[in-house]
Amino acid sequence: MAALSEEQSIIRDQAKAWAVEQAPVQAFRAVRDAHLPGAFEPKTWAAMAELGWTGIVIPEAYGGSDLGYLTFGLVLEELGRNLTAAPLFASALVGASALLLGGNEAQKRALLPEIAKGQAIVTLAVDEGPRHAPAATAMTAVAEAGGFRLDGEKTFVLEGMAATHLIVAARTAGRPGETAGITLFLVPADAAGIRRAPIGTMDSRGYATIRFDGVAVPADAVLGAVDGGFPLLDATMDRARAGLAAEMLGTAAAAFDLTLDYLKTRKQFGRVIGSFQALGHRAAALFSSLELARSCVEAALQALDDGAPDAAQLCSLAKARMGECLYDMSNDLIQIHGGIGMTDEFDAGLYLKRARVLEAAFGNRAFHRDRYARLLGY
Amino acid sequence: MNASVEQQAFRSDARDWLAANFPPALKDKSYRALADKDPALAADLEVWRSRLAGKGWGAPTWPAEYGGAGLGHPQAKVIQEEMEAIGAFNPIPTLAGMGVTMVGPTMLEYGTDDQKARHLRGMASGEVRWCLGLSEPNAGSDLASLGTKAEDKGDHFVVNGQKIWTSGADISQWCGALVRTDPAKPKRDGISFVLLPMDQPGVRTRPIPLISGASPFCETYFDDARADKADLLGELNDGWSVIKRLLQHERQSQTSAGRRKLDNEEPLQDLAKRYVGTDADGTLSDKDLRARLTDNLMAAKAHELTIARITAEARGQVKVSAAASILKNSATRVAQTKAELKMEIMGAQGVGWDGEAYEADELASVREWLFGKAASIYGGSFEVQYNIISKNILGLPETTQKG
Ligand SMILES: Cc1cc2nc3c(=O)[nH]c(=O)nc-3n(C[C@H](O)[C@H](O)[C@H](O)COP(=O)(O)OP(=O)(O)OC[C@H]3O[C@@H](n4cnc5c(N)ncnc54)[C@H](O)[C@@H]3O)c2cc1C
Repeated sequence: MAALSEEQSIIRDQAKAWAVEQAPVQAFRAVRDAHLPGAFEPKTWAAMAELGWTGIVIPEAYGGSDLGYLTFGLVLEELGRNLTAAPLFASALVGASALLLGGNEAQKRALLPEIAKGQAIVTLAVDEGPRHAPAATAMTAVAEAGGFRLDGEKTFVLEGMAATHLIVAARTAGRPGETAGITLFLVPADAAGIRRAPIGTMDSRGYATIRFDGVAVPADAVLGAVDGGFPLLDATMDRARAGLAAEMLGTAAAAFDLTLDYLKTRKQFGRVIGSFQALGHRAAALFSSLELARSCVEAALQALDDGAPDAAQLCSLAKARMGECLYDMSNDLIQIHGGIGMTDEFDAGLYLKRARVLEAAFGNRAFHRDRYARLLGY
Repeated sequence: MNASVEQQAFRSDARDWLAANFPPALKDKSYRALADKDPALAADLEVWRSRLAGKGWGAPTWPAEYGGAGLGHPQAKVIQEEMEAIGAFNPIPTLAGMGVTMVGPTMLEYGTDDQKARHLRGMASGEVRWCLGLSEPNAGSDLASLGTKAEDKGDHFVVNGQKIWTSGADISQWCGALVRTDPAKPKRDGISFVLLPMDQPGVRTRPIPLISGASPFCETYFDDARADKADLLGELNDGWSVIKRLLQHERQSQTSAGRRKLDNEEPLQDLAKRYVGTDADGTLSDKDLRARLTDNLMAAKAHELTIARITAEARGQVKVSAAASILKNSATRVAQTKAELKMEIMGAQGVGWDGEAYEADELASVREWLFGKAASIYGGSFEVQYNIISKNILGLPETTQKG
């Protein structure tokens, strides 16, 4: 584990204790079975704001604590362990990052304190097809008197039903597939012409498809530069990728703990199954993979805090390595538990289903292997 | 007539019979789609079942006196191929549960004439469904540690205990159960295999929901349940030899890597082109995915070729042998990897659970992916198959159990 400051240690310990007591896996299971409108418990979300997690990456001037991405990652890891559902990641990390990186003073002043209070839920709407492909943005933003008119559809928008504001990538120039010509817009989620529909995913979280039909936004809705939004979008998504990787780290670690525990207690042939070398080696490999992935995740978060030149590379590294680790971990979680792992009653399936959704979001392994190669210039 | 001419003649007869008897409405349907609600299709299915049963083609290699057609394996394969060619399928093994694939073949070898006469026809016609009560909470891979007891009461046994993961127990009429008949003997020497009716006061089942949302298996309780002595399969206290044979049949039945084309399943490479897109030269634009997809297609081909080679080497006899372990693991790996790739190809459309955002086949593929995880667990887990290979084929010293 990274060498943590005293403050970071306190936050991590607090997050660990809170999640176990207030938002453990059983609580997520209850949320799943209750089919709540936003797919999270409002009181869980309120508690997160109360604990100050919603302001971790937000500067003090805007009501946050400016503790940085590594600290945020520590919290996300603990939530990932317990599969805690809330808009924390989507809004306080991704939404806030977009504003921090690309917002003008007025936009920041208007929204960052609201995010920090947990009042505003700001989410990024980027993908339009089933696979993560930001450059493929086809949604149009046509300049008109006093602003722009947005037309198109975004899918798989995190917390899309609960969001109060959307940060939308749309094309002001160029063609789908090109990075140039994309612009980001900050749009209230209740603007005229917006229609939202929930998506029922296997991880039982809140996603939405959002349709824009002639949505009129003023010129000052632009976030960053007109036509030059892609670098801002990419930088925002790197923060998302590192944050998701941190959450995945927690999910994988919890899956590992469950597996290890079972290896030590389940008996067949008169001995604990962990004593079978076939399984012992698998546990060792899984643990090694987890350790290696952890280093990548922490390095990515640290690089974001440091503004390091290789931050983008490290974010892709973290998402790819963590993806692989969680894939193997979640599959073996089921396999090693045998029949019991296949039952809905046991938690393993919840981890497996969440694992695949986390993998698909903001670029899977294939996407990030490719991006890593490109960033290294080959 | 020489063999190949004879084979040709059989093929052409089979083709004619299938063309005349297979209800066209069932073409390319999966059994599951049929078992669903459509009453018209269900009626066609019943017609098809009874025609197949009448012909003895539900279990074609079984003797005619027990409801089969007394055919050899090469002919059975011809029937299978001709069915696939017209989008037909044999619903009887599915309807019989564990009857045609496992209990029946074992009974043909170990059963008394009376047992064969009473039980096999119901399996071969698909009218009687069988389940298997082997696993218990503390006896999974280590089957011999089972605790369900059967007490000798002269003409019958009284059975007490709990089974778990019993597939289809709630919809089966009969159960083949492994029970302890002599607790004083070493683990494997005091076990017997009994057949007992599920429809009796001493048997209770509770379905267990799976991570896929389906609920194909149950907890099964025996409280003073009755099994007739006449339904002891094999010798008293020799159930272990019976079950070893039965488990070989089980592995054997799980060696096909989902080759059957059901519901006109789109080849994975076409699906990938559709979801991922292609470059100007027509190749899949995600090269990383392309490489892994190719790996899987190659593994599937290698699996198929190996089945063909083993069959050829055995001169057309599909032998129940240790090779079944190799094939079971390779089938499982191919199918599970394919399901993972399918989900990856579909991206966000591949993680759906319900609702209008998804196509029916997208939702189905998620559930199949999840259910598919069971294939490396049941029928002897992936690890247990490797143990069997290392011991029975490679002659390595036994570490933990006999296969
Ligand atoms: C969908 C489904 C349907 C089923 N249907 C039936 C049915 O109809 N009837 C029935 O009786 N049973 C049925 N089963 C049960 C199935 O046969 C058992 O789940 C299986 O034998 C494994 O036992 P277990 O679940 O207790 O796992 P365990 O035996 O506890 O195994 C746990 C893990 O340890 C590993 N392991 C165990 N021993 C060794 C070893 N010696 N070396 C290396 N690794 C080892 C296993 O591979 C597994 O990964 C079904 C199971 C499923 C999932």
